Amino acid sequence: MMLTHDILIIGGGLTGLRAAVGLCDKFDVGLISKVYPVRSHSIAAQGGINASLANNPAGRDDTWEKHTFDTVKGSDYLGDQDAIEIMCKEAPNIVYEMEHWGCPFSRFPDGTIAQRPFGGGGFPRTCFSADITGHSLLNTLYERAVYKKVKIYPEWFVTALCVEDGQCHGVIVLDIKSGELFPVRAKVTVFGTGGYGRVYRNSTNALINTGSGIGMAYKAGVPLKDMEFVQFHPTTLIGTNILMTEGCRGEGGYLLNNKGERFMEEYAPTAMELAPRDIVSRCIMTEIEEGRGFEHPLGTYIQLDLRHLGEKKIIERLPGIRSICIDFIGIDPVKKPIPIMPSQHYSMGGIDVNEKSASEVKGFYAGGECACVSVHGANRLGGNSLLDTIVFGKLSAKAITEELSGSDMKPQEKPLINLQKVVENKIKRLSQPGGERSYKLVADLGAVMSEKVGIFRIKGELAEALDEVIKIKKRYKKVTISCTDRHMNYELLNALELEYMLEVAHTIVLGALLREESRGAHFRRDFTARNDKEWLKHTVARMDEKGDPLISYKEVKITSYQPMERKY
Amino acid sequence: MIKSDFYTFKILRYDAKEPAKEPCFASYKIKVIPGLTVLGMLLRIRDEIDGTLSFRSSCRSAICGSCAMVINGKIDLACRTQVAIFNTDTIVLEPLPNFEVIKDLVVDMTPFWEIYEKIQPYLIRKIEDSGKEILQSEKDRKKIDQFVNCILCACCYGACPVLNRDGNYAGPAAMAKLQRFSLDSRDERSADALELFNNEIGVWGCDTIFRCIDACPKDVRPTDGIVGLRKTLLKNKAKRLLGVRNK
Repeated sequence: MMLTHDILIIGGGLTGLRAAVGLCDKFDVGLISKVYPVRSHSIAAQGGINASLANNPAGRDDTWEKHTFDTVKGSDYLGDQDAIEIMCKEAPNIVYEMEHWGCPFSRFPDGTIAQRPFGGGGFPRTCFSADITGHSLLNTLYERAVYKKVKIYPEWFVTALCVEDGQCHGVIVLDIKSGELFPVRAKVTVFGTGGYGRVYRNSTNALINTGSGIGMAYKAGVPLKDMEFVQFHPTTLIGTNILMTEGCRGEGGYLLNNKGERFMEEYAPTAMELAPRDIVSRCIMTEIEEGRGFEHPLGTYIQLDLRHLGEKKIIERLPGIRSICIDFIGIDPVKKPIPIMPSQHYSMGGIDVNEKSASEVKGFYAGGECACVSVHGANRLGGNSLLDTIVFGKLSAKAITEELSGSDMKPQEKPLINLQKVVENKIKRLSQPGGERSYKLVADLGAVMSEKVGIFRIKGELAEALDEVIKIKKRYKKVTISCTDRHMNYELLNALELEYMLEVAHTIVLGALLREESRGAHFRRDFTARNDKEWLKHTVARMDEKGDPLISYKEVKITSYQPMERKY
Repeated sequence: MIKSDFYTFKILRYDAKEPAKEPCFASYKIKVIPGLTVLGMLLRIRDEIDGTLSFRSSCRSAICGSCAMVINGKIDLACRTQVAIFNTDTIVLEPLPNFEVIKDLVVDMTPFWEIYEKIQPYLIRKIEDSGKEILQSEKDRKKIDQFVNCILCACCYGACPVLNRDGNYAGPAAMAKLQRFSLDSRDERSADALELFNNEIGVWGCDTIFRCIDACPKDVRPTDGIVGLRKTLLKNKAKRLLGVRNK
């Protein structure tokens, strides 16, 4: 069996659906997702999507240029300014388009889309749908895909990406329900496969966010960019690390230490709780390290206090947060502060693509969190990730339309058949008895990453982490599974994904070890300052013939904004 | 509160690929620590005890809708159910009712998605919009609030007694979704679009005994949607009889 489409989209989140909706009128499109599209992790985004609509009375003179500047500054000048300009200019169109397609945005009294302030933004420009903005946007795009009759293959798991002679030929798929393994051929393949949060033990991310798409592209020879830049969200619920949206602070919530102080005053007197995420996370960790946190069996925490907002505002603007707190920790934020700690949240780095979402491999595109354009540089602003997913989903569709109209691409069957055999052998090897089970390696990997490649980094620990990741990679060669069925076998899927998680982790640690400066979310205790002279450049990681990462660097595109000191 | 260190999980196992083997309960004894959810325990059972166990999961935070199942007789999401809330140290897990089982706790959602697609689950406008947003008052936005919250987890579908006796019934989630659009001040679907469900397999099939409301983990009240649609349909009928034209 060999299935063929003009265009194959992997991932049913916002990027994948937006690309599909933009391509399905003209081309034969197939969308593959390892879950039902509405289960994709875009669903969990809470706070909002940035666009300079200037609807908020306090932000009437907002413009896309100001949004660009905030994003560039937020990125600690590592973002490519030409791409950021494109994204911020496109933002209002994207938000209006999603509204026209039915997105139930919250409203201002004049009937326009409501906007609230978010971290690192000079204006209240974050459009939202209560605190379930990702849920509202993903449902709207899925509805649009249903309307457009996009061909969707739910619960198909992509096991490998096929690249040969600088061209992408398609993917090898495992149908989770039937257990069948087969190739799917396409002229163009688009990855919207999301982030890698599960590489860390403490993450806000869903269980499906293994980063396997990133690892798969890397293994197929596509370079990755800026992998050492990992976002740690300041406010996640202790224990489960469920996200407590930045909207909590956008609506006026306070961060308090055990002395009852709004400690952000010490660190960012102007922006206070709405400083960018990298800065707030470091401040929280500093408070905890210096003994000003609260003790709890689940760990040391800081309080996120919403009580002064009042019950009405909390119920109206943050209802999801309230029910998560009640369900998961038994606390009603109307009555008590929320115990929070920072944890892994987002990947600024990813598959190296340009502002058209194209990689260096012909016929291979990527967008959203799995990709790195780079529009987020060293630190992403809250409200810019939902924007990134939809903008670059849309722009990839435009670029692919141009590429396919201009040339006749002929993906080959043979490389796909060869790759299928490789995957088949891999599954056979995993299905032998007696080896170590993959969950143990996942736990060890998560511990190393959370403990040694976290918010504060230092050479010694990074070097240890690198050793440990390499050791776990060796152990992986002997991993086996206990269930040898092909169908409905989640143990097999986990074992297959682990290979890619390890590659992703390897590039993160190596990039972090080599980058001897502090920029955005990458903070080195041994190199505490930003060093533009030597490090204003993107890290590029490629797999060499032996399977190890080979690091090179690439220049940052600067158009209007020369790097300045970053103060809030 | 936690009843003891070790809990017994009884999970109904079945594999549609081996129809000759009857469904049967498998028992797993596992140590529980406070704060763990049913999903947390399921993940540990699959990792540490039995790799053959199948269940769906993703977000761990009650928003993706993957892990609906029957937990000690009550339909809920495994991720948001604390192990400690039950007054027993035995937890019985069964797949969502009103669906065919694929394997263990994984059910075939196909009928659910099919009926979802049938209600035209998207905003319908007479002409394509351009320019800025379509204005909507805060009051109008509020009307659809509870229906927007639906995460399509199918807890209500599993709990519906009508679906239990008639698989052709559209079910609570689809009707709630239809009302989400019908009530949206921006939506311009014709009165005829609702007529498809003006029957016993649509809005008139509901027993209005609120099982769906009890089962919903997101405080959606599908029955409100169904009753609302009934009112709209009756109003449309009255208008037709009086010769008033519908939108």
